[in-house]
Amino acid sequence: MTSVLYDVPGPRAVLRNRILGVATVLVVLGAIAFIVYRFAESGQFSPSKWYIFTFSAVWEQILEALGNTLAAFALAAILSLVLGFALAIGRLSEHAWVRVPVTAVTELFRAVPVLVLMMLLYYGLPVIGIKMEPYWAVVIALMAYNGSVLAEVFRAGVESLPRGQKEAGYAIGLRKNGVMRLILLPQAIRAMLPVIVAQLVVTMKDTALGFIITYPELLYYAKLLSSQQGRPILQSAFVIGGIYVVMCLILSGVAKYLEIRTRHSPKLKALAADNAAVMHEGTDTEIIAAQRGAGKFDGTSTGA
Amino acid sequence: MFDVIFGNLDLWGEAIANTLLVFFGGAIIALVLGVVVGAMRVSSVPIARAVGTVYVGLVRNTPLTLVFFFFVFGYPQLGLPKLDNLVLGILAIGIYTATYVAEVIRAGINTVPVGQAEAARAIGLPFGQVMTLVVLPQAFRSVVPPMMSVFIALLKNTTVAAGFAIGELAALRATIYDSHERPGNPMEVLLWVAVVFVVLVLLMSWLQNRLENRWRIAR
Repeated sequence: MTSVLYDVPGPRAVLRNRILGVATVLVVLGAIAFIVYRFAESGQFSPSKWYIFTFSAVWEQILEALGNTLAAFALAAILSLVLGFALAIGRLSEHAWVRVPVTAVTELFRAVPVLVLMMLLYYGLPVIGIKMEPYWAVVIALMAYNGSVLAEVFRAGVESLPRGQKEAGYAIGLRKNGVMRLILLPQAIRAMLPVIVAQLVVTMKDTALGFIITYPELLYYAKLLSSQQGRPILQSAFVIGGIYVVMCLILSGVAKYLEIRTRHSPKLKALAADNAAVMHEGTDTEIIAAQRGAGKFDGTSTGA
Repeated sequence: MFDVIFGNLDLWGEAIANTLLVFFGGAIIALVLGVVVGAMRVSSVPIARAVGTVYVGLVRNTPLTLVFFFFVFGYPQLGLPKLDNLVLGILAIGIYTATYVAEVIRAGINTVPVGQAEAARAIGLPFGQVMTLVVLPQAFRSVVPPMMSVFIALLKNTTVAAGFAIGELAALRATIYDSHERPGNPMEVLLWVAVVFVVLVLLMSWLQNRLENRWRIAR
């Protein structure tokens, strides 16, 4: 795609590219070498710092923490998909008394940081006498946030379908329910699948916020480990971080695969062409593909 | 209900200042680093492309909380000059957000139709002018709305700093709760924090819509 920006390099460009390449390698190697040097200098490679990972009990606890992370992720993912559907259908409703409140709720959940939502549930609710486990605070906060983001994704998917689909549905005598359930949603979900999975990666990453409200997930355990004998702070960050990165990479890989498959599927080609940038927003940021026709849907949302 | 604000006015001022500091500091780092990485990802040097891809792929699949963990807890272990938690937090959020900025810029350059660069080359412009005169001005327009989304997310992400002893808005709950003389309970504090964020986010969304309408691409 980008290769059109430049010509096939001539002799001078080849030389220049080589010099730039070598310079890049030198800068990167320099940075890595400096970090490794500091690690060695401050004794991060010494056996005592890694000693703790030789205990099988530690690994069992890491597995348990991993289980907690996955438990929060799995339930939050399922619930946010369900909530996303509900909110999307509410927003697409023809009745203003359904559409307006649902829109307000969706926008509200998207505007409040997930962490503040979690804190409200965990620290705030006890004030009015409701005690909530950290697990439920994490799950409900993730559900509310990702549900409202997914609602926007579903809605954008439905709205990007050609009008003829809906009209044809009514023409063969289906009711509103049937048109949505049998005609619009299946196509929208198929077209939006890569974005939906990408949002699940965001959900996975956000489970790490549970650390701050004392949910005993992976990162919380990393903090716990780092106060153990030998104070292996960086070491536990690397081990635990590795687990997170691998999990997220797997999910991202699935998203990438689905995206490539979607792009090559002839059925969806036409559809994807006028799919606008689906604004989906991470707690973090998004993958907003600044696609052709970006902003087609942004006018109706608060942006994002 | 308003006691929690007017009784702690000093704390609120400090917290909002810190939040904005993290936001703008992070935004500047993210923009500079993101532009560099984005340029690397579309450059004609294969090694630079590879480095950019690895950086983006790695950092984007790391939870922000973990990036903070590395910087705030990990950095002091290396025996380097001491840095304030606030500075480390800004670095962490900047390096994390830079990957999203890089992606937005790359996507923006890719939206410019191929014919534009080809035409520019056909009339004999060198690579530098192809970019500065033809491709980038067009890419800029389609980059603005998603870039604003990145900054909205950055603003919300500043709350993560609260978990790492950086006294910004989300950390107010603990500060007010721990000092017993101060008015306000956790619920009130957090609700007001949420209100502040909703207002700021709506403000930025409004700005985003305005910029978008102004620079809408007529193609």
